[in-house]
Amino acid sequence: MTALVISEHDNSELKGATLNTISAALQLDEEIHVLVAGSNCNTVAESAAKANGVSKVLYVDSPEYENFLAENISLLIKNLSGDYSSILAPATTNGKNYMPRVAAFLDVAQISDISSVESNDTFQRPIYAGNCIATVTSSDDVKVITVRTTAFDPVPSDSGSAEIVKLEEINDAGISQFIKDELAESDRPELTSADVIISGGRGMQNGENFNLLEGIADKLGAAIGASRAAVDSGFVPNDYQVGQTGKIVAPNLYIAVGISGAIQHLAGMKDSKVIVAINKDEDAPIFQVADYGLVADLFTALPEMESKI
Amino acid sequence: MKILVPIKRVVDYNVKVRPKADESGVDLNNVKMAINPFCEIAVEEAVRLKEAGVAEEITAITVGESSAQEQLRTALALGADKAILIETEYEPQPLGISKALKSIVERDNPDLILMGKQAIDGDNNQTGQMLAALLGYPQATFASELKISDGKAEVTREVDGGLQTISINLPAIVTSDLRLNEPRYASLPNIMKAKQKPLESLNAEELGIDLNPRISTVKVSPPPEREAGIIVESIDELVDKLKNEAKVIT
Repeated sequence: MTALVISEHDNSELKGATLNTISAALQLDEEIHVLVAGSNCNTVAESAAKANGVSKVLYVDSPEYENFLAENISLLIKNLSGDYSSILAPATTNGKNYMPRVAAFLDVAQISDISSVESNDTFQRPIYAGNCIATVTSSDDVKVITVRTTAFDPVPSDSGSAEIVKLEEINDAGISQFIKDELAESDRPELTSADVIISGGRGMQNGENFNLLEGIADKLGAAIGASRAAVDSGFVPNDYQVGQTGKIVAPNLYIAVGISGAIQHLAGMKDSKVIVAINKDEDAPIFQVADYGLVADLFTALPEMESKI
Repeated sequence: MKILVPIKRVVDYNVKVRPKADESGVDLNNVKMAINPFCEIAVEEAVRLKEAGVAEEITAITVGESSAQEQLRTALALGADKAILIETEYEPQPLGISKALKSIVERDNPDLILMGKQAIDGDNNQTGQMLAALLGYPQATFASELKISDGKAEVTREVDGGLQTISINLPAIVTSDLRLNEPRYASLPNIMKAKQKPLESLNAEELGIDLNPRISTVKVSPPPEREAGIIVESIDELVDKLKNEAKVIT
């Protein structure tokens, strides 16, 4: 049985989320094919071919896939779906966007955001913002799945030697057009792949105070995140948001500063290896999940921490 | 322009949900139910489009048990003009809901379908996209800004790296993210008025819609607990623990 993994990339670089998704697929099927669809993305296809466990890379290069519009990508995946027993994508905003379209085309249910593979038809997934874990069985012949990438270790990406098969598949639905991207430019690691994350919440009081996190982030090579409260208050842009409706992260070290610990936020970070909480409210729920809690005013604690690490 | 707003009845977002003791499902005894927050944002956006003169008529719709009429009344109180309930004995799943919605879209021909990006119970994030596929319509998910002009919708979407703006041809499906707007509160006169607005009741089985669940729940368990940590007294102690005990910084 063969699984098709839809790769996540930006036309120049294969994103790490693809490697976590391959890892989940290997628990389901013996043979793994990876689809690389984009525009001028041959370097991505070459990277995908090096991922361990992959036997074939389907490489489709055409302008209508450049911006991953769901209308076009979903038609492509539908046309390629024939012989696969499972189709998996990372639960990124791209994967969440096109995969349910694929499932509906195939008249199958989608199993969203799986956190574990129990057997070839049974999976675990968080529901109610992570307050419960459901074990679910799918009765459909083809399993269409999005993968919670933090729940699966990435496969190594150095020693694979998959065959790259170039396909001529043009699918322009002609009903949607890309206008522009406004993506954050940063020298810092991406939130979803960072080893260390330092996040600020409502307690930061304003956007300027996020500078207090920068010095520590510089010293630790950390990404900077935020709670929904901080994003809703306009302190930082939406792509900083960690939580059930933002990014799901699981770094080695997560430092929560001035974050109370709403369920919504905990659902996005509680699988981190080590959690540190700094908050002046000793009753804040964040302390219930923290390995190390410090009850302190962040405006004195952060400069001191920066000087001592 | 006519707008259709599919909504869902869910456990109120303030309720801390727990599995049943026998793990057969989620314990929903005596919990407060409400309109799904993302659906409420979709209703608000539709009402703003009507207030701006872009839309003439807003229909709220839900697929579920008859008690979901309460949430349809909420949508009517917020400014929807009429409502449709598609009743079913099954606990509906996204694919089945999409098929039911499709039958109404084909009957009523709305120009825009505005709905929440996901429901906060199942966290599936599927129904809008599935409905779009079944209808052959374009979609704009995770919307944080919506402009309608010349038979198109220009939508700014919240994506992993920041924001993306796309243009989609109408008719289309737009799913709302958190920051699309801040929903209003229904006023008492509007709550009273909502009781008089038309609510059409249909039966899914009579409509011939296949709502058979494709996914069955084996069990629902609590998430793994984190072991309780410690409170440190100072930054010095914190840095020492991170270096020498947790060994996560050097």
